[in-house]
Amino acid sequence: MGIEPGRLHFSWISSAEASKFVEVARAVSDDVRKTGPTSKLIKKLPEVA
Amino acid sequence: MEAYTAKVREAAQRLLRETKVDLVMGFQQGTIPLMSQPVLIRKANEAERLHWDSCCGSNLANYLPKRKERIAVVAKGCDSRNIVVQILENQIKREQLYIIGIPCLGMIDRRQVLGALQGREPLSVSETNTHLLIQGKGFEEKLERSLFLQDNCAICTHRNPVLFDELVAEPVPEQTEVDRYEDVRGIEKMTADERWQYFRDLLGPCIRCYACRNACPMCYCPTCFVDESTPQWLGKSIDPTDTTTFHFLRAYHLAGRCTDCGNCQRVCPVGINMRQLNKKLEKEIKERYGYETGLSIEQRPPLDTYRPDDPQQDFK
Repeated sequence: MGIEPGRLHFSWISSAEASKFVEVARAVSDDVRKTGPTSKLIKKLPEVA
Repeated sequence: MEAYTAKVREAAQRLLRETKVDLVMGFQQGTIPLMSQPVLIRKANEAERLHWDSCCGSNLANYLPKRKERIAVVAKGCDSRNIVVQILENQIKREQLYIIGIPCLGMIDRRQVLGALQGREPLSVSETNTHLLIQGKGFEEKLERSLFLQDNCAICTHRNPVLFDELVAEPVPEQTEVDRYEDVRGIEKMTADERWQYFRDLLGPCIRCYACRNACPMCYCPTCFVDESTPQWLGKSIDPTDTTTFHFLRAYHLAGRCTDCGNCQRVCPVGINMRQLNKKLEKEIKERYGYETGLSIEQRPPLDTYRPDDPQQDFK
């Protein structure tokens, strides 16, 4: 649908795999940080005169 | 079509008289031409109201989930596949249902017909297997039926019901030479930015009326994610971010469940072809799992199946 590659991640983590969750969350936030600020799926507040 | 109507009425009368069912779900003639509407018949002497023509595109499976009665339901190919999915998802029991199967030659897209009439108002419509005869004040128009089919009917490969207790006619030939995914492949070829723009344009006109969701036989959640407020998953505005998120998420919820009955596109007041989202997921499921939705009540759908020998490492 046009979201930049690298911004969206999928993973399968069981509720018992706490350390895997930490690992994946770190990796995802690092990757997303690298792709920079998003330009898509953002909402702007209505401009008031 | 008159033969279909006669058979549906006869079946309804018989089933109600023998108290095999509590109600019959079918169609009656609409108040204006090209708009046949769903009707529930509970008495044998009301069966004369039942009607069949090429404007019965609505999907009656939409009215089945969680009903307790014994129901006879009139079902085209696509409707029967939705019924299969509902049985698989425990929304209705097979034993409750008596399916009156309609071998279908495709339903007429009312908007296309009205477009061809260029503003002239149709007052009565009759049809043969190949043509529509439309009459109005001071005009008569004969249209070739196959040119005015709903988009999803034109590429349908399951015109005959897959699950039924009786058929109203002999099965019709299935379309085998159709390419279901021409448009999807075009979108797949785009770059991420082109695709983003494409979906923005596609979904831009959405007014968030939720007609697509309400008409969808697979959207039966008691509370839809768009209506939840604690937490609120999604903004209520028609900001493009909210409308696109709504459509993307709805499409995901239908992954491996949508039968492309086309009811969403049919009812959309602004004419959005949101089926393109659903068809992409249909294509993925077909290519990855070799599965076509709603063809059998014997086989569990791939997305609700777990196998210990799953080839993906992460699932073990």
